Amino acid sequence: MSTEQRPYRKVAYYPGCALEGTGHAYNRSTKEVGKALGLKLDEVKNWNCCGAMEVKNIDPKIQTYLSSRVMSIAANEMGHDVVMAPCNGCYHNLKKADYDLKHDDESRQVVDRISSKAGHSTYEAGQVETIHALDWIKEGIGEKELRSRVKNSLKGLKVANYYGCMYTRPRHIFPEKDQGPGSESTSQPHFMDDLLAVAGAENVDFPLKTACCGGAHTLSDSDTSTLLVLNILRAAEAAGADVIATECPTCHSGLEMHQVRAEKKFGYKLEVKILYFTQLLGMALGLSPKTVGVHENVSDSMPMLKQKGIA
Amino acid sequence: MPIHEEHLIRPENLKTQEDLVIDGIDVSGHWSTFIESRVVTDYNEALEEEIAALPGGEYIHRCWQCGSCTNSCTVNEVNPDFNPRYWIYLIRMGMESELLRDKEIIWQCVSCNKCTYACPRDVVPEGVMKATAHWLELKGHTPKSPSMVFDEVFTEQVIQTGKIEEGRIIRSFFKRTGQELMQDWLVEMVKRLVAKLPVTLLWKMGLANVLRPRTSGWAGARDAIQDYVDEKNAEHRKALRLDELVELAKQEAKPGQQMAAE
Repeated sequence: MSTEQRPYRKVAYYPGCALEGTGHAYNRSTKEVGKALGLKLDEVKNWNCCGAMEVKNIDPKIQTYLSSRVMSIAANEMGHDVVMAPCNGCYHNLKKADYDLKHDDESRQVVDRISSKAGHSTYEAGQVETIHALDWIKEGIGEKELRSRVKNSLKGLKVANYYGCMYTRPRHIFPEKDQGPGSESTSQPHFMDDLLAVAGAENVDFPLKTACCGGAHTLSDSDTSTLLVLNILRAAEAAGADVIATECPTCHSGLEMHQVRAEKKFGYKLEVKILYFTQLLGMALGLSPKTVGVHENVSDSMPMLKQKGIA
Repeated sequence: MPIHEEHLIRPENLKTQEDLVIDGIDVSGHWSTFIESRVVTDYNEALEEEIAALPGGEYIHRCWQCGSCTNSCTVNEVNPDFNPRYWIYLIRMGMESELLRDKEIIWQCVSCNKCTYACPRDVVPEGVMKATAHWLELKGHTPKSPSMVFDEVFTEQVIQTGKIEEGRIIRSFFKRTGQELMQDWLVEMVKRLVAKLPVTLLWKMGLANVLRPRTSGWAGARDAIQDYVDEKNAEHRKALRLDELVELAKQEAKPGQQMAAE
């Protein structure tokens, strides 16, 4: 397949709230990687919050409406059939909204009712396909083409790829996963491993790829969150990783915050660094650490990146 | 039978006797640990229906007690008392007082969805945990959990403006839960961030506190969502017979009526 014929060359882009705040570095590095690879992003106009992990606890159908409004704008006002969301929370919620609208009458009624009162066209299940930044790069550029564009190999860098909860669970909202060779797996996800391997990194055998970081209770039950993050950081270190690669702003800031909290409160100091996979990929494509926002992370990776000859 | 899995039984339900002889046979020592028999009379037969009427609890009736939820649970690993399978059992049996013994921890579900992934009956145990935590608060068994306060602060902001701004949420959350904002680990994290960030970005982040991010033309959606929320709240109150309970409490509190009854 020639590069031009590949899917996802131009997609609607839904950054979400976190990428305008604590996940700023993820937003920046995603856009820069897209630019470097010639993949175009068209930001969803006047988007709203997808509901994150909180609104569903008040009422899941409000969350379905919030996510459906984003997809409605992409489809009905901008004419897109693919929405790319780099945040696992946004990605999950858009997928779930589409699933619920396909399978549940009551969800459809609530979304129709709120949409018509709010004065915009309602979203019909299946109008758009929601993809993650991982799908976007893996399918939009392909591993072969990506390999030829690597200018600054990540050789010698040991990476633990951390996918978190929302990217794979629950299985039924991701019908395209677990479809055999080439598709993503919900129990052993590997798209991030694949991309970073192409960029030259050495992926360590990391057993906690889809463990929970406690992100939902990062502030309301901080001790549990710190414990869960400690498990992840220790497992990564035990596997020999220099860095944990992330693909979700909530996981990323959870790992960073609770790494500091574990040190301050419980005296556990862990050296493993935390970077977004787009930051690692961007540097492999020859972008500077500053361009991909390494300085915006709490976790200071610069000495390690310099030592490895990457920065 | 000796009980090897003592941790499965609550300490107050275990009876240990140092010297016990029954019919001339010494049954003390390892064999003298007994579960005390008890009679349960305070069933709440409506408990399952009440939970099922709240968002997330809809599919509780499908459970066949396989235990996959507890087996896969993230929080159970940290705290063995966190046992979704058991709570679902208690709710379906109507054993309200037994359920209430764990009322302080049910809200701690982290929504990782491992249970929902593992469940062979599509019970959505994660939803049942949220519905149960919600039920405990609505019935007045527990005060609002920190998690519920966070969800409310978050949802209010989304309904108002269409978007959230993390700094504002954190401040409102700490204020409503009466916590100090200057927690040492948060201060340390901000210090590490600030040390490396350029002034322009900090200024931008600071500006976000003055100019609240919002979705333009959101008023229509805001009102429509609020209408829906109000309607749902009324439905939940009705399903849990909260107004009847309030009325009953008022009646009991009236001294005049007590005298009339005498």
